[in-house]
Amino acid sequence: MLSILTAHNAVMAGEWSGYLGAEARIFLDDPTDPRQQGNTLSFVAQPEYYTEWDDGNQSLLFIPFARIDQHDTERSHADIRELVWLKAADTWEVHIGIGKVYWGVTESQHLVDIINQTDLVESPDGEEKLGQPMINLSLIRDLGIFDLFVLPGFRERTFPGIKGRLRSVPRIDADDALYESSRKNRHVDWALRWSHTLGDWDIGLSWFDGTSREPRFIPTIKPDGESVLVPFYDQIQQAGLDIQATKEGWLWKLEAINRRGMGETYNALTGGFEYTVVGIASTQADLGLISEYLYDDRDEQALSLFQNDLMLGTRLTLNDEQSTEFLLGLITDLDDSSERSWFIEASRRLGDRWKLNIEARVLSLQDPLNPFHALAKDDFIQLELLRYF
Amino acid sequence: MKIWTPLLASLTLLPLELPAQTPEEKGLAIAMEADKRDTGWGDIKTELFMVLRNRQGQESKRRMRSKILEVDGDGDKSLIVFDHPRDIKNTAFLSYTHALKADDQWLYLPALKRVKRISSNNKSGPFMGSEFAYEDISSQEVEKYTYKFIKDDKVNGRDAFVIERYPVYKHSGYTRTVVWVDKEMYQALKTVFYDRKDSLLKELVLNDYKQYLGKYWRPSKMTMVNKQNGKSTDLEYKGYEFNTGLKDSDFNRNTLKRTR
Repeated sequence: MLSILTAHNAVMAGEWSGYLGAEARIFLDDPTDPRQQGNTLSFVAQPEYYTEWDDGNQSLLFIPFARIDQHDTERSHADIRELVWLKAADTWEVHIGIGKVYWGVTESQHLVDIINQTDLVESPDGEEKLGQPMINLSLIRDLGIFDLFVLPGFRERTFPGIKGRLRSVPRIDADDALYESSRKNRHVDWALRWSHTLGDWDIGLSWFDGTSREPRFIPTIKPDGESVLVPFYDQIQQAGLDIQATKEGWLWKLEAINRRGMGETYNALTGGFEYTVVGIASTQADLGLISEYLYDDRDEQALSLFQNDLMLGTRLTLNDEQSTEFLLGLITDLDDSSERSWFIEASRRLGDRWKLNIEARVLSLQDPLNPFHALAKDDFIQLELLRYF
Repeated sequence: MKIWTPLLASLTLLPLELPAQTPEEKGLAIAMEADKRDTGWGDIKTELFMVLRNRQGQESKRRMRSKILEVDGDGDKSLIVFDHPRDIKNTAFLSYTHALKADDQWLYLPALKRVKRISSNNKSGPFMGSEFAYEDISSQEVEKYTYKFIKDDKVNGRDAFVIERYPVYKHSGYTRTVVWVDKEMYQALKTVFYDRKDSLLKELVLNDYKQYLGKYWRPSKMTMVNKQNGKSTDLEYKGYEFNTGLKDSDFNRNTLKRTR
């Protein structure tokens, strides 16, 4: 009886779900800038409302998000991750509102993924994204899925504040960001994507024209004498390619981009594999071995830390009732082995509705002229406990 | 019209009684008959409830919804969306099963909005941490096994053929499975699984069969007991709907992302 009621509610009246959580970050070293604080506690909420009608062919999804951080006023922030109306038919879909879209296949970095801005204050790995205003038409054809995006309104990247860790020194002053376009953050961007599955191959081709999600930084002296980096958002055109070949236990992956408009035209790629050993040592656990090569043909002043780097990783999935997982990774610069970044991510469900996430990152950088050198003092261990409802 | 059903049933049984039939031929004939009787259902929607029990009796629950599309001349297409536990709510799994070549599988991760094509080598791996493996709950094509008839037997008073199945497809976790096939329904009443070392691994009991569209039998409850680690999983099906009008276009990467 209960299940019938629940199913009924899900269709007719809409449904709330989501999570609340607390996070502690423990920093192992003193900061580069004495204004930066140490260990920090923060609280997060991400509720989610979903309702559908028209026999499931129309729906509304609303996902607000907020975090309150003990020290960093920039990290205390709120966002609408999604507020999107969907209308679906057999051969097409329309999404209108604030949405989130993911493109790509690789693990170490996400070159092709460009629709949403990175919410960098959330996580230094760049995987958290801000909601993006969009009109998306998706055509589902025998020749693949064609997506057209019109993106009115640009979201600026978030950066840690004066007291925050995991930032450059000098800090990034995001309050007066500069733009190439005179329309600034009101420039209307657009994008196209074609994606298709051909047997073992999943292929995507994409084109983006508009405001770069990734800024360049202009060293500036503020009126009070403080040196800061001011973000500058170029107008770019980016062609992207992503391919995955799934061959038995091997996943072969490639992402490549060509970007114009951000200084010199440049190319970047990530390519590699993930191989999974099922049932290691007669247990139910799977062990994944990941290796990816990261390349960027810009010269040393490039923003990217990954000009000629190798990522090695291992993923252990216990396949137990608590869905316990570990991911251990290393990214190392093939030109300078003193530049390397270690990370570990682990997660486990506790009981029915709790989840524990543990993350640690250790970064070694030797170039004192690089403003991001300060990140090397921000090695941290993070514990996050989430309660789902 | 009722008069025809037993008559047809006895006609189809006839070839199985031929003395020249080898145990292998008879086993295959039983599997083919079961497959023939379970053809033509079109599509199915159902809710699945799992209760996982460890050796200490601690329980953990799973809830999901599945849509399955019958595909002529190939394995079925299926889409499973998870509702519980809540941390994996809206995670969804799309699968195009094939008789002998590797299945095509995609996983949708809602937190990142990411669709991942995944390897189907994990057929022997546990489904959602349960005692069911992926291969236990995916589409059972005749070509996936070779067969051997063992004997006639009874399960809870019902007459059954006992057949052994030997997986042909790669990456199975079993050397063989022994199936008690009900002689009236041509559906499994019980299955015993032997691991890669041919040791007894699991026992599955299927209960509360109901008939749909006057033709297709489906169990309402299954219990899988792992004889090696003492864990067990109950799997209950609720709200079976047949022939709901699902189409090929309900099983692609877009529907995987938006299905709730």
